Amino acid sequence: MQLYGTEIGSPLLLGTAQYPSPAVLTKAIEASGAEIITVSLRRESAGGSGMGFFEILQETGCRTLPNTAGCHTAQEAITTAHMARDVFETDWIKLEVIGHSDTLQPDVFGLVEAARVLSADGFKVFPYTTDDLVVGEKLIDAGCEVLMPWGAPIGSGQGLRAPEALKAMRGHFPDIPLIIDAGIGRPSDAAQATELGFDAVLLNTAVATAGDPVQMARAMALAVQAGRAGFLATPMERCDMAVPSTPILGLAELA
Amino acid sequence: MKIVVNAVTHEVTSEILSTALTELGFTSPAVATALNGSFVPREARNTTMLRDGDRVEVLAPMQGG
Repeated sequence: MQLYGTEIGSPLLLGTAQYPSPAVLTKAIEASGAEIITVSLRRESAGGSGMGFFEILQETGCRTLPNTAGCHTAQEAITTAHMARDVFETDWIKLEVIGHSDTLQPDVFGLVEAARVLSADGFKVFPYTTDDLVVGEKLIDAGCEVLMPWGAPIGSGQGLRAPEALKAMRGHFPDIPLIIDAGIGRPSDAAQATELGFDAVLLNTAVATAGDPVQMARAMALAVQAGRAGFLATPMERCDMAVPSTPILGLAELA
Repeated sequence: MKIVVNAVTHEVTSEILSTALTELGFTSPAVATALNGSFVPREARNTTMLRDGDRVEVLAPMQGG
């Protein structure tokens, strides 16, 4: 898929939070085959705690996609995006404007506003949005060249709560890269997303909090690839009744 | 002069953001800064003056989803 003119081979984007250790994080990134990893900005302590993590990121060779997680207003998100660009030296930004603390549902009004301001300022915006088609159109009008609808609330692991709405989104935006961001719990959820035609899946908790994060990273990589290949191969149509797969013609009369 | 850095009040002698941060031990090159809620680019820290009571945010790369 092309993301803002950059060819990305892996249909899996991986978050870097909640891993049991930096070593497991590094191995999970490698096992996932991800080319893009998400990161954040948080308060630095005197003496410098963030530099070590920054070095780990650089050693992975992956492209970093900083987020604006925790921002509840467009202005907070815009300021965070500028700070992220200053540190990570990338104009890519995963734009989150959170509308509700319990559901972590995007505030799509603030999202569109921030996307417009940031796009005009040269940012390549990856908006964390819903499956609302009108919001998607407004984000594209604002300058976004990719949309990242949620599958389910962040960290819930519920999988795709509204596959029909996501399918409609795929149909409505045939030429826009679509990435499921949030809600994936199991490899089958990830496979379902790419099988519906989504270009990629962004996940974090499902891998980081698995009993064996490295093995789960590998499983997710296989799942998104399987789903993607299945989509490209055009699955068969479902039938209400049984249809014998073995030819009827030439069947012996043995009764 | 008292300034608030990452929600903690500090006494600093420097009136310039970059040197005040050094004074407080924020020496990592991988940080981003904001003053009273507004972004201060890396190259502007040397020319950004502080006033008593200013709120400074110093952010660093962290794990994120």
